[in-house]
Amino acid sequence: MARVEVPLLRVEQLQTHFLTQAGVARAVDGVTFEVAPGEVLGLVGESGSGKSVTGFSILGLVDEPGRIVGGRVLFEGENLVAAGEARLRQLRGNRIAMIFQDPMMTLNPVLRIDTQMIEAVRAHRRVDRAEARRRARDALGRVGIPAPEERLSAYPHQFSGGMRQRVAIAIALLNEPRVIIADEPTTALDVTIQAQILYEMQKLCGETGTALIWITHDLAVVSGLADRVCVMYAGRIVESGPVDAVLDRPLHPYTAGLIGSVPSRNRRGARLAQIPGMTPSLFALPSGCAFRARCPNAGEDCAREAPPESVPEVGRTLRCYHPWQAERAS
Amino acid sequence: MLVYFIRRLGQAALVLVVMALLVFVGIYAIGNPVDVLISPEADLAEQQATIERLGLDKPLWEQLWLFLVNALGGDLGRSFVHGEPALQLILERLPATLELALVALVIAVTAGVFLGLWAGLKPDSLTGRSIMTGSILGFSLPNFWLGLMLILVFAVSLQWLPAGGRGDTVSLLGIRTSLFTLDGLSHLILPAVTLALYKTSLVIRLARAGTREVALQDYVKFARAKGLSSSRVIYVHVLKNIMIPVVTVIGLELGSMIAFAVVTETVFAWPGIGKLLIDSIVNLDRPVVVAYLMMTVFIFILINFAVDLLYSLLDPRVRLSEAKA
Repeated sequence: MARVEVPLLRVEQLQTHFLTQAGVARAVDGVTFEVAPGEVLGLVGESGSGKSVTGFSILGLVDEPGRIVGGRVLFEGENLVAAGEARLRQLRGNRIAMIFQDPMMTLNPVLRIDTQMIEAVRAHRRVDRAEARRRARDALGRVGIPAPEERLSAYPHQFSGGMRQRVAIAIALLNEPRVIIADEPTTALDVTIQAQILYEMQKLCGETGTALIWITHDLAVVSGLADRVCVMYAGRIVESGPVDAVLDRPLHPYTAGLIGSVPSRNRRGARLAQIPGMTPSLFALPSGCAFRARCPNAGEDCAREAPPESVPEVGRTLRCYHPWQAERAS
Repeated sequence: MLVYFIRRLGQAALVLVVMALLVFVGIYAIGNPVDVLISPEADLAEQQATIERLGLDKPLWEQLWLFLVNALGGDLGRSFVHGEPALQLILERLPATLELALVALVIAVTAGVFLGLWAGLKPDSLTGRSIMTGSILGFSLPNFWLGLMLILVFAVSLQWLPAGGRGDTVSLLGIRTSLFTLDGLSHLILPAVTLALYKTSLVIRLARAGTREVALQDYVKFARAKGLSSSRVIYVHVLKNIMIPVVTVIGLELGSMIAFAVVTETVFAWPGIGKLLIDSIVNLDRPVVVAYLMMTVFIFILINFAVDLLYSLLDPRVRLSEAKA
């Protein structure tokens, strides 16, 4: 699926560091990617790989002591890193929306659904309450909530987890954003609900041409949903490319390890492959390639300097001196 | 809701009866009011007459029984000292104490919540830390000392505000209040601030702790991700969540402010019920003390009920569990 559109959102050499007393944690360290209108980008990695921080950095929502120390976030050509808080506020929830991981926590427990939706509309549109409420009701209907008019007057605790995530998605859709950043929105849900929500998100974004950045650790979700995928490890994108190419022929040993650790039917009974070791602490990253201590291919050169980004194939990037050999994998 | 209300009413009645028993027997055990009330020069016949008039010749259980029967009819007995109905004595002085407590409450909640929010949102800033240090001071300063210092500065040195008394009052719905005259308000400021300081510190700490907890919640970040202004995030999303513990504690504290504003009232010569209580205890004026404590219990019950109602307004999850009960 080759796309030639102008990038809607381009993240360039983004660096978000956490300046703590224990030292500097480079949560995001030189991340570059772009999304085109209507495209779904999967951002994959283990916990602590910096994928969520990347999402928050785009909207300027990184909490203290985190700070964007370098790079640019270009949204329709405008650099958001340099933009003021007022400008960011105009864009948040309006042109760029976000959906969070835990639906039980994203809605304010003491405010009614309609309050939380109407305020989202009226933060960006000069419409009266009745019109805002009508939009809220339509958005609830669009994400498949039955009897949206009645549900508007309910409180979050009267919804199930799946329904709450639909409400959060409806809030994200309210102002017809150009980009939606979804931070593991289906991780906390049942698989059946997960499938429904994935399907609906795909459909809604396809209809409106909204770009979707789907942050997840679940390769199965990415394979069914995304057009392209970026694999993050310790704050860097170690491999990226079209989703089919990356998942079928992984080049980075880390990607190969992730794919190998997904349980599947045809390896029933066999011992599940796992990546040895743990994600390194961001305060004590090894020199050179951050993955080398866990990497079966690592050589002496890996310790000297972090591998630079290379382009092994058209449309793919890689940071590795010793790429995974497909023959060896099989 | 009705079931809940009736159950609460039953509990309240039980508490009132137990309280009456305890206080009645307690005061009886402390001393004999006759020793205090009757002048030593009075002869035996006079003494006997007084004792009979006050009903003190009867055994304790009979006095108690009479008291309970009369109390059912709303008669809490006559003051041994003043000869007036005890309830009337208290009700005359109650508005002064109530208005003092309410003004102090308003000061404590507004100042406390605002400063607590500030300290919670910027915990490491100079302002945030100053607020917390100030609240420690507010906790530690004794009431009477603070009152005296305020009098010294604002009444004696600067002569901006009067040192004591209640000032002009107007009658509103048959209750005398100083809330609506300038003179009355100027008399009210110093005692109200004195009474409010401790509670303000308390509310600051609660509000700050709540804010620090709530500010980290996903729903606050989500509210910001919706593009809401920071004032909307703070004053709607955060504020409503931190008010639940604040209301709980303030409810409890309001009762104690009304019932035990004794020290502040004494320092500022405020004609409230605190002073009446002290005098009555000294004179072993049992009907007044009993009536006063019954009144206090009643106020506490009312406030607790109001707090429960406020809860259900603040937190929708409470409403449901209540309906099930």
